[in-house]
Amino acid sequence: MSKHANLERRRQAIYGWLLLTPAAILLSTFAFYPSLATLFSSLFSRGTRRNPAEFVGGENYSDLFADPTFWLVVKNNLFYAGITIPVSIFIALAMALWANSKISARGFVRTAYFTPTVLPMIAAANLWLFFYTPGLGVLDQIGALFGLPSVNWLGQPETALWAIIIVTIWKEAGFFMIFYLAALQTIPADLKEAADIEGASRWTYTRRIVLPLLMPTTLFIMVNAMINSVKLIDHLFILTKGGPSDASKLILYYIWEMAFAFFDAPHAAAMTIMVLLVLGIVAAIQFFYIDKRTHYQ
Amino acid sequence: MSRLTPYLDSFGAILLAVIWIAPLLFAFWAAFHSTSDAVNFTLLSPWTLDNFRTAWEGAPWLQYFLNTFLLVTVVLIGQFILTTLAGFAFAQVKFPGRDVVFILVLLQLFILPEVLIVENYAMISRLGLFDTIVGVGMPYMASAFGIFLMRQAFKSVPIELHEAARIEGCSWFGILIRVYVPLAKPTYLAYALVSVSTHWNNFLWPLIVTNSPDTRPLTVGLSIFGAPENGVDISVISAATLMSIAPLLIAFLVFQRQFVQAFLRAGIK
Repeated sequence: MSKHANLERRRQAIYGWLLLTPAAILLSTFAFYPSLATLFSSLFSRGTRRNPAEFVGGENYSDLFADPTFWLVVKNNLFYAGITIPVSIFIALAMALWANSKISARGFVRTAYFTPTVLPMIAAANLWLFFYTPGLGVLDQIGALFGLPSVNWLGQPETALWAIIIVTIWKEAGFFMIFYLAALQTIPADLKEAADIEGASRWTYTRRIVLPLLMPTTLFIMVNAMINSVKLIDHLFILTKGGPSDASKLILYYIWEMAFAFFDAPHAAAMTIMVLLVLGIVAAIQFFYIDKRTHYQ
Repeated sequence: MSRLTPYLDSFGAILLAVIWIAPLLFAFWAAFHSTSDAVNFTLLSPWTLDNFRTAWEGAPWLQYFLNTFLLVTVVLIGQFILTTLAGFAFAQVKFPGRDVVFILVLLQLFILPEVLIVENYAMISRLGLFDTIVGVGMPYMASAFGIFLMRQAFKSVPIELHEAARIEGCSWFGILIRVYVPLAKPTYLAYALVSVSTHWNNFLWPLIVTNSPDTRPLTVGLSIFGAPENGVDISVISAATLMSIAPLLIAFLVFQRQFVQAFLRAGIK
């Protein structure tokens, strides 16, 4: 009997590993190995034909810390995250509350909110180009109706990053809305009735009952928005290319530029490692903080 | 005041909806009018298809469409096979080291493929897959997210069905194909919609690993076509943009409910 059980267990182990093998190979090739290789190459100098790469320890990192462009890019990305995360969450919440209430043209409203989600970032950037173009663009024409001067939204350092931020919010708010919408539909109707009987105002009901019940969803969306604030950079390629004078450059774009325009892989690797560290912190927040707080869902 | 609230709600909601859809509407307007009519908003100006004609002749769009279509198909087939096998292993097979490996897989959720572009590019070149569609798709095939999704789906299959199939003499593989896969159909559908729309829209990685019109997907083709140095005007860019988003946009408008459900199912797990 125990021999049979033993055989069965061994057979399961073999099946298990066999089933995993294809995925394990690809995950190792395109996630784990590259992460380690990035760490490794961030510790070496850039090899040329004459001077082969040699171990330089933390030099690539200290170069970055001494590079004002790096700090500008970090600052830009923090600003980008600091605006897009709260604003898109707030708009998503408003959208969901509206899309869930008894309003006219609800179908149209929901479709309109969600549509940007299915568009490529490149296409979104092209659509917005028509808004931002100085002189001919929609924004300038609206401004002209009120006698405002023409503004080169993408061409001046004060507004370029804002222009990028608006496209990101436009793209992701509708996506976040559907998670709020799903969560709102699980809130029992008798809570609303009870609040009405108690004479609670709509504002009190929203603030005291709806928002706390949506808290797990908010945290889930927040993690997604944080990841997006690293990941969503495609529109930079169309709208600003990080300019003018790096005013709208974000970290992932800078990594791309460093590696594929300046051919400086070691510094790109050092930056990549720092981004991975930040993502690791986000992962830790998700595992240790959010998962504990979602149990009542 | 409170009797006015529903109207205010409708007004606010519709106003936001109009703002949200405006970029698309303006692009639509511009694509069907001559550039000067488009930017001057000459409301009664004639509609035209010239912009589409110019855009279509300006780049090998048919090839780009085909490339994107092949890309999403290759990625989806790879993902289905790999995540089914791995998801099944994590859900229904007991073997030593399973939980440790599963945590490693979950870690990959946070190691974004976008961030590892430099090393993945080196890897793809080493494998001789640079500028091939398989090379564009390969890093996404063993998706940790898909493995997680499949594991959840397979875990919810009642064990009685598994036992019954085994008593009937079905092999492990037979049980997976005949019992688990059919029961997970909604998950496959949801995953397919999310995967196709993600890879249809993906840009940075294909930009790096493609180098010729024969492999370039639509997004990369569109970005090259619209580059300022090509000097194409706003109406033609709008036409090209609409053209390249049309298949996905139409699919979305027709199967809206399924799309939203798919994104929800994929996100909330």
